[in-house]
Amino acid sequence: MVKEYFFEEADRTNAFITRLDLAMYEETGGPLEGKGIAVKDNISTAGIPTTCASRILAGYVPPFDAHVITHLREAGAAIVGKTNMDEFGMGTTTENSAFGPTTNPHDASRVPGGSSGGSAAAVGDGMVDMALGSDTGGSIRCPAAFCGIVGLKPTFGRVSRYGLIAYSNSLEQIGPLGRTVTDVNTLMSAIAGPDPRDTTAYDRPYTHTPSGNIAGMKIAIPDEFFGEGVDPAVAESVRNAIGKLEDAGAETMTCSIPSMAYALAAYYVTCTSEASSNLSRFDGVRFGPSVETKRSWHDEFRDHRGTLFGKEVQRRILLGTFALSAGYYGKYYAKAQVARENVRKDFLRIFKDADIIAGPTMPQIAFKLGEKSDPLSMYLADILTVPANLAGVPAISVPCGMVEKMPVGLQLIGRHFEDERVVDAAFAYEMEVA
Amino acid sequence: MVLENDVEGIAKLADIHIQKEELGEFTSQFNHILEYFDILDTVSDGEEGEADLVNVLREDEVTPSLTQEAACANAHETEDGHIRAPRVM
Repeated sequence: MVKEYFFEEADRTNAFITRLDLAMYEETGGPLEGKGIAVKDNISTAGIPTTCASRILAGYVPPFDAHVITHLREAGAAIVGKTNMDEFGMGTTTENSAFGPTTNPHDASRVPGGSSGGSAAAVGDGMVDMALGSDTGGSIRCPAAFCGIVGLKPTFGRVSRYGLIAYSNSLEQIGPLGRTVTDVNTLMSAIAGPDPRDTTAYDRPYTHTPSGNIAGMKIAIPDEFFGEGVDPAVAESVRNAIGKLEDAGAETMTCSIPSMAYALAAYYVTCTSEASSNLSRFDGVRFGPSVETKRSWHDEFRDHRGTLFGKEVQRRILLGTFALSAGYYGKYYAKAQVARENVRKDFLRIFKDADIIAGPTMPQIAFKLGEKSDPLSMYLADILTVPANLAGVPAISVPCGMVEKMPVGLQLIGRHFEDERVVDAAFAYEMEVA
Repeated sequence: MVLENDVEGIAKLADIHIQKEELGEFTSQFNHILEYFDILDTVSDGEEGEADLVNVLREDEVTPSLTQEAACANAHETEDGHIRAPRVM
């Protein structure tokens, strides 16, 4: 039976692009029955506008549901709206949105992080218990850390991306955000599993009950996660949190990820290259604002994309086009793929001895609005989150204290397909400080 | 180091019109970022990590999917169930 869900919470942070004050859900007896869930606006929802926070998708209403949305509906969830984000997921602050920035629920003069900033702010501000985001280079974990909530980037392949509007296919995953590890675990259970429509989705359903028993768990702490650029107060807060995991019975060791020297460059070359190809579909022919069909293709195309894409999206498409162009492919793209393999090998080496790698999620607390106006300085903020995407391993951010009255995130990274262990480590921390 | 006319050329390849007055800033940001990417020169030649990947294939069989009407629903100009695009020639 179909039931009504009244979504009346005030949106104080501009978290939503589209909201459904009356959302419907099915009485399915599922684990999310009657729960209001917010969904990042790059995940296709049949009948609900989906914009990727871009003017180039204004008016687009998907004719189908993403696989994760089908799962949410089956689990009895009420989809209460679509959340703000950096345009096409390209950003670390949710300021690159055609719908204006989302603000941080802890301090309206600061950013919520990005690119899933609307999802994190909606959860952090108590509008919903749970939300879906996507994480290409930290876009779930960064806003989770900045807003003081929990966010999980699953193992690459654990959750189907069918219906996720693609930005960088080899890196991005859909994942859950919530105020507690238990909520994140519940949402993850609903969305994980195989899907023949996404050939990168493995048949690895997620049916886990979090356990705080981490006695004997081996946790490696990379020197590079506490190096230059990491705010000492953030580092201290994270070290204290790792101490709590030791109190809970974990054993710690130090380790090194030498490939972090070039991981960020490898990440940006890879994601911009993939974006330059993926975003060529936005041509105004099949969806979005219309083009003038009487003009010639390239003239019309160029003006359309020059007017309707935001600056950061244009910059990334151009960077990717350049990195893939004749004469530069070897210098940029090919090298980035070798670098990426080196990152993966570093993780595999460390995971021979350790179960979890721990460090800060973000090197700083949430930035002030407008603080990161230079593109490269914004890119550099992703240094601690991109390695997990390059390697394809699962990673979670769990709140671990405050610096200057702003939340700090502890990042816990695990082996491929050991999302459960990552969740357990986060749960153990949550129990220890409860 | 790229120049303004290089960026203009790349923008043309990417089918994105950049306003003349924005080219200068785009070019300087571009160079700033490319300078950072130079760290990839320190990566020694090695293997790209595809050895353990497998292709996932399926038979090319028609299965139920979107109706023609639904597929055209977001297009602005349609004709006989087809989508009209700008002139190519």
